[in-house]
Amino acid sequence: MPQKISPRKIKIDQQDIPFSEGQSIMEAAEQAGVYIPHLCHKAGYKAHGSCRLCTVKASGRWVSACTEPAEVGLQVENNSSELQSQRRAIVQLLFAEGNHHCPFCEKSGNCQLQAVAYSLDMHDAHFAHQFPHRTLDASHPEVLLDRDRCIQCELCVRASKEHDKKNVFALSGRGPHTQLIVNSESGKLKDSEIEKDDEAIKVCPTGALMNRSKPFSVPIGQRQFDNIPIDQQSTGKSGNNEAQP
Amino acid sequence: MTQKIRLATCSLAGCFGCHMSFLDIDEALISVADIVEFDRSPITDIKHVTNCDIGLIEGGICNSDNIEVLKEFREQCKILVAVGACAITGGVPALRNHFELKECLEEVYLKGKGVVNPQIPSDEELPLLTEKVYPIHEVVKIDYSLPGCPPPADAFMELITAIKQNREPKLEYALRHFD
Ligand code: SF4
Ligand code: SF4
Repeated sequence: MPQKISPRKIKIDQQDIPFSEGQSIMEAAEQAGVYIPHLCHKAGYKAHGSCRLCTVKASGRWVSACTEPAEVGLQVENNSSELQSQRRAIVQLLFAEGNHHCPFCEKSGNCQLQAVAYSLDMHDAHFAHQFPHRTLDASHPEVLLDRDRCIQCELCVRASKEHDKKNVFALSGRGPHTQLIVNSESGKLKDSEIEKDDEAIKVCPTGALMNRSKPFSVPIGQRQFDNIPIDQQSTGKSGNNEAQP
Repeated sequence: MTQKIRLATCSLAGCFGCHMSFLDIDEALISVADIVEFDRSPITDIKHVTNCDIGLIEGGICNSDNIEVLKEFREQCKILVAVGACAITGGVPALRNHFELKECLEEVYLKGKGVVNPQIPSDEELPLLTEKVYPIHEVVKIDYSLPGCPPPADAFMELITAIKQNREPKLEYALRHFD
C-alpha cells in the first residue's frame, strides 16, 4: 500500500514539507528551512525563473522551484548529485560569461554568486572565459554599477519598481548583447533617481550594484559567506551590500 | 606510492604569490620534503621539467613562452594543477583583455608618462605577447584547480597528501575561496 500523504504537503528529498495554497516549491522549502540554490529569486519579490539554478525534479519533471506551485503529493528531488552538478555548470557559465575578478572585487565574501559557487564545490569556471566588453557606470558619487559582474537577474529592476517606486533599471538588448540599462536621459546613474539606500542596490546578489560609501568596512575573512556556507544560512536571507557581522 | 612524489612548479603570468603561499606551510615543509622531490621550480633552478607526478602552474597565459612551458609541463606531468586565480581565470593580467594589444603596447612604450626613446620592443629574444590573456585550462587539459588569490597553504598540503595517498583531493569549505 502506498503511504497515505496528508493534505498540503510536498516531499523534498524524502522530507515532508508543509505548504499553503498558492506557494511555490521554493517558498515552501524556504519556510521549512530547506535550501534550494537560487540567484534570481528573493523572498518578497515576484518569481522570475530566469537563472534556472533552482531547477528541481518534481514528480519526474524538470521545473524551476521558484515558479512551480506546490501541489499536494508532489515528490521533489533537490539535493541529488545530478542536479548539483548541473547547477554547478550553470554557475560556471555565469562566471565564464562575465568578468568576475573576485580577488579585487569589493563584494567578495558577501556575494551570493560566489557563495553559491563555493556551496556547489566549484573550483574553476571550466568553460572558456568570454571576457566580454561591458561598460562601467561610476558617474554617481554613492552608487556604482559594474556591468562586468551583472548576471542579469533583474532583482534590481523588480526592487526599483516594486519597492523603491522609481523604475531606475531595465534589461535591454538580446542574447549576449543583453545589458542592464539606467532609466535617465543620459543613461547614467548620476542623472537617475537612484539613492544609496535604495532596495534596488541591496538586493543585487553580486557586486554589480554597490553602495560606494562604505568600501571594505568589513575585512575579508569576516564577511557573510567567508566561513558559513550559504546553504547553512537562513534560507530567506540574502547577502547585501551592508555586510552582516 | 613508496617512491617520493616528483613535483615541478612554475609561474607563468603570475606574481609568485601562490609560490609564497605554498611556502607558508611552514614547518610542514620538512615533512613534505620527506615525500616530495622537487624537479623544475624556483627552489631548484632546474630549467626544464622531466617526468613528474605533479605539476603546479601559477599564472595564466600572456605570451608564447608561457604556452611552451605549459605544454612541456603537460607532457611531463601525470597530474597538472591550476594554482590560484590567475591560472584559473587569467586574474589581474587578464584586465588587459578589455583593450587591444596594440593599445596596451602603445600606452606603455609610446605614450606613457616618463617614456624616453619611445619604441615598441621587438627582439627575437622576447616572447611574443598573446592577443588576450588566457586561463591555462583553455590551452591544455587541467586535472585539478586550487582556487584563491593565493590558495591557502593547507590547500597545497591537501593536494599533495591526497595524491600521495592515492585518493581524490577534497577542498573543505575554507580551502575553496576565490579571494
Ligand atoms: S560579483 Fe561576486 S563573483 Fe563576481 S567578482 Fe565580485 S565577488 Fe566575484
Ligand atoms: S545589477 Fe545586480 S540585481 Fe541588477 S540585474 Fe545585475 S546582478 Fe541582478
